[in-house]
Amino acid sequence: MTTLQETALEGAGTARFDSVGMAERLRRRIEEIGGRGLAVTAALVVLSSIAFIVKDGPKIYWIRFLDALANGFIYGAVALALVLIYKATGIINFAQGSMAMFFTFIAWVLAREQGLPVWISIVLAMALSSVFAAVFERVFIRPFDPSNHLPITMITIALLSIIDGLAMLIWFADPKSFPSPFPADPKKDYVDVFGARIFYATMGIWVTVIVMTATLTLLLSKTKIGLAFRAVSSNLESSRLVGISVGRTLQFGWALAAAIGTLSGCLVLSDTKTYLDPSFMAKALVFAFAAATIGGLDSLVGAVVGGLLVGQLQTMVGGYITFIGSDLVLAVSLLVVIIVLLVRPNGLFGKVRVERV
Amino acid sequence: MTRLLEVEQLSASYGPVQVLHGLDLHVDEGEVAVVLGANGAGKTTTIRSICQMVSTNGVLRFEGASLAGMSTTDIARAGIAHVPQGRGTFADLTVEENLEVGAFRLKDKDLRADYERWYGIFPRLGERRRQLAGSLSGGEQQMLAIARAMMSRPKMLLLDEPSLGLAPIIVQDLFQRLRTIKDDQGVTMLIVEQNASIAFGIADRAYVLEAGEIVLEGSASELKNNDAVRRAYLGY
Repeated sequence: MTTLQETALEGAGTARFDSVGMAERLRRRIEEIGGRGLAVTAALVVLSSIAFIVKDGPKIYWIRFLDALANGFIYGAVALALVLIYKATGIINFAQGSMAMFFTFIAWVLAREQGLPVWISIVLAMALSSVFAAVFERVFIRPFDPSNHLPITMITIALLSIIDGLAMLIWFADPKSFPSPFPADPKKDYVDVFGARIFYATMGIWVTVIVMTATLTLLLSKTKIGLAFRAVSSNLESSRLVGISVGRTLQFGWALAAAIGTLSGCLVLSDTKTYLDPSFMAKALVFAFAAATIGGLDSLVGAVVGGLLVGQLQTMVGGYITFIGSDLVLAVSLLVVIIVLLVRPNGLFGKVRVERV
Repeated sequence: MTRLLEVEQLSASYGPVQVLHGLDLHVDEGEVAVVLGANGAGKTTTIRSICQMVSTNGVLRFEGASLAGMSTTDIARAGIAHVPQGRGTFADLTVEENLEVGAFRLKDKDLRADYERWYGIFPRLGERRRQLAGSLSGGEQQMLAIARAMMSRPKMLLLDEPSLGLAPIIVQDLFQRLRTIKDDQGVTMLIVEQNASIAFGIADRAYVLEAGEIVLEGSASELKNNDAVRRAYLGY
């Protein structure tokens, strides 16, 4: 209750003084996009990092940090897809991981069996997944009242099991190697930075996710369809009253999320350490759920920061706290998510919904 | 005068509960019609029926064409702008983006003059154009909702209890500005209101709605002096 009131007051404060000076305005802008979230996150990261560096020395920490960064960006990318659907519809698309898996297979088929260049295969697979998602939305989602979340959530769970079964039927469970879209020869395609090898593939993942997030942000903030998307996620009924076709806007959201999911799936495999099989997205999806939740579910920036955070958490906890190892790492990561939510129920960047009437 | 909106034998229900029982009303081009009624009389249902937001029976015609079976989105595109009860602003969008959404269906690129016109009529909105709509006060949100509706350059404006939840002085101010909009733009309005004394100030014609039926209709000046209306709605 106190939090609600505080936030309301804060909002009113920001509201009252509009232009005071550049520094002040910048500070407010940071606050707007989740200043306190950033501060809490940074403090936690710094404190635990110091402890870790003291334990095993800076070099091992540095190597693990870079390793975690790549994982984190991938979790962030998958989380972006989840957040996009959540913003638009208020539901979690449980089939997001399976859709990404299936269309990563399609990219694999195009590249390996049809012999297309890998980037073209990925783009084609993204396009196909968008078409699939658009048709799926039209046929199975739109007939339902968008404000009734349970049936739609059930449909996504049904879609998950159908796609998983289908993939198993077509491609079987044996792992396949996915051609990396980046130069990925483990012997030479890296740069040495302070004793740690950063592979080009890893850097490629960072850059791709950053570019993707920036593109997405621009698309939503600068284009007309982006405005419609934000309007629909803010107020469904009023969107209808101004003549926005809600169905088509949501369809756009599904298509966009599918493309992002497919790209993320291909990125998961592009470090060449992970193999393609019908269950390869399962782990990434759980961490992405955690990332999206920590980020606040309705914030794109939150999704990426959440992803980076969960990536660090996974690698550092698994690497430094030996009795946890790789078996318990998922459980511990999710425990941390729960603790974060206890302190900030709307996630680090999530909007606290306060409306004056 | 041409009939812009015609409603004949309109009935509406929520599930098994019928709320409107054969309602007749019409709004002519350029006039402001007001529907007065107490809580639960069916005011909001009437206005939501016009936009097909509840299931209805009966005749609904706008510019001579039937609205029955049209979607809410299509009705908005036909030129009916609806300011819903509780304002219905886009809380996560800025004031200016709210106006931009209002003009969503307009084809012309240059909306600068439109923004400036509404910032001129509602200066508070101009001062707060970069602020999130959710941070505005109730009165400001109501102004934003009206400005947003007008940004679509509608043929008709529907207002659902604009005075609801606002301080009396804000209500005065709001209706004064609605009056300005009426005089300057000549836009046709249908307002449903509980606050009869303020509504009579802007109305050309009025209806009294009781338990889902129109019990009285006439020019605003006629109804204002009607004894029953005076006792029930004006309180003297």
